[in-house]
Amino acid sequence: MSGAFTSLSKAMAKGFFRDKATLFFSFIFPLMFLVIFGLLFRDAGAEKIKIGAVGDGPVLAALEQTGAVELERFDSVEVGVRKVRDGDLPGLVEATGDTVRLRFAASDQSRAGIVRGLVAGVTQELNVRASGQPPRFAFAAEQVEDASLKPIQYLTPGIMSWGIAVTAVFGAALTMVNWRRKQVLRRLRLAPITPSTVLSSRLTVTIAVAFVQALVFVGVALLPIFGLRLSGTWWLSIPVFLLGVLAFFAIGMLIGAFCKTEEAATGAANIVVLPMAFLSGTFFPIDAAPPWLQSVSKAFPLRHMNDGMMDFLVRGQDASALLVPCAVLVGFTLVVGFIASKVFTWEDS
Amino acid sequence: MTLTPPAIVVEDIHKAYGELKAVDGVSFTVAEGEFFGILGPNGAGKTTTLEIVEGLRVPDGGSVRLLGENPFPRNVALLPRIGVQLQASAFFEKLTAREQLETFASLYGIDAKTAGEMLDLVGLTDKADTREDKLSGGQRQRLSIACALVHDPDVVFLDEPTAALDPQARRNLWDVLRAIQERGKTIVYTTHYLDEAEILCDRVAIMDHGRILAMDPPATLVRGLDAPTHVILERGSLSLEDARAIAGADDVHADEVSLTISTRTPAPVLSTLAERGTLDGLQVRTATLEDVFLDLTGREYRA
Repeated sequence: MSGAFTSLSKAMAKGFFRDKATLFFSFIFPLMFLVIFGLLFRDAGAEKIKIGAVGDGPVLAALEQTGAVELERFDSVEVGVRKVRDGDLPGLVEATGDTVRLRFAASDQSRAGIVRGLVAGVTQELNVRASGQPPRFAFAAEQVEDASLKPIQYLTPGIMSWGIAVTAVFGAALTMVNWRRKQVLRRLRLAPITPSTVLSSRLTVTIAVAFVQALVFVGVALLPIFGLRLSGTWWLSIPVFLLGVLAFFAIGMLIGAFCKTEEAATGAANIVVLPMAFLSGTFFPIDAAPPWLQSVSKAFPLRHMNDGMMDFLVRGQDASALLVPCAVLVGFTLVVGFIASKVFTWEDS
Repeated sequence: MTLTPPAIVVEDIHKAYGELKAVDGVSFTVAEGEFFGILGPNGAGKTTTLEIVEGLRVPDGGSVRLLGENPFPRNVALLPRIGVQLQASAFFEKLTAREQLETFASLYGIDAKTAGEMLDLVGLTDKADTREDKLSGGQRQRLSIACALVHDPDVVFLDEPTAALDPQARRNLWDVLRAIQERGKTIVYTTHYLDEAEILCDRVAIMDHGRILAMDPPATLVRGLDAPTHVILERGSLSLEDARAIAGADDVHADEVSLTISTRTPAPVLSTLAERGTLDGLQVRTATLEDVFLDLTGREYRA
């Protein structure tokens, strides 16, 4: 029996790695997203507010020292104001003698607020200093590592989960439909092997492929140009990874049990996976989405796989964070797998 | 008849799909080592009959004994002893001919080197490293037969192995089928080519509308018809009057290209023609299974 398992697994693995289109959609396509988004958002969150400046003086010097703004110098007020009016700059600081004048754009309230606050704050601080009086109220600020992540930190687990999910669903569904349509299932049924041998060898190939995908995606994201930093508890993502593969394998088997043709299976798999990809935080952090959308996304296994992968790969959560994603994924696998086994047929009839 | 038990005993099997009676009371016995053909037009119920015997479908009624055992429900002990050729696409994707055979062999716990032997048997040795999707129709058929034989089964089922093949590929396949029979296998095969069955089979069952109309060796069936032999000459080599005058000529008719003499005593007719030196382009056509089918059903055979 183990001979049958090994040779079936080998046959399926060869079929997978010899198919260029499958390889493209399993490896290159998700990597393209990782590379494009990774490079596109590389500097997000690090950019400074640019404001115009005319003249010179201690206020402008102090503004530059805050490190929060970048000054763009203009020779005349008119040119600078035009830039503000055109919406190219949020504000223009004009320093002549002891007077500091700020002109700001009314369209972007929050940026205007930041610019106003900054310029006013710096000016007042200089005023206090000039008065020679010790400040009455002390102000202290310190940096805290916040929960929001650099783009590559959420892109990697998200795109990786998505790529693995797509491959698992399509692989299982198309194998099932193709084998039924071409009578390979009948041929297997005529051989003295058990259905569980067939099922377990297909699952083994799916897991092996997912493992290679994970290595490739993380490997690329770790390159200095993208700069992924893995947390200390990254290895806790392995159970989430395995259960996620299992859940999507089950979904693929269900689609494969329902659909009669490869075309129908491809369509069905897309209908299942695409909305999940967009609503589960694959391409953007789901925390930024409106609350109702976050609730909807909790119904998707991909969301929980994403969460689990993110928690351990980059957020460094401890083992207690395993509970929710693992429980949801196991539940999904059991329910979907049960339905698939009920719907399954060996032959079209 | 020998004393060895028959390989297959089918008794009064029925199978209906809704209103359609696909198999309507079929019984037959196949002896060990026999080449048995099930013939008939498409939709006659050949394939369903075969699938019931193989254990792939459960009949609504009747019984099947295959090598002394019940083939359904799925009888794992029986599976290594039967070989079933499926449609010529039942292959693993992207695998070469040799890899297909090695994979199927391993399902039966059989050494991978059998693959080479099977490729040799079906004449695909030079295509061993060709992927299944790059093989021609005839090569795929031969490979699918090799896949059915890889575990050295006692009984081989072939469903329309020569369908959709060009004449040369069909003849190549006949050699393969004969080679299998020489190995002592029992072969049950379906076809809608009556001429082919006549050449290959020890015994045939002619099916139509889910029933067996006749079952005997092809020669017996044809002889039973008591049909005249047709001697066909080129038009103009003999006048109609002269032809009618030949002793033994029952009927003579002519069309634009040929002159046909129907006779029940072909020997004297042929010797008369030989004496007259009119043997050029002469053809002798005896009755075929198609005539048997026509006689049984009252309609022209159409595959």
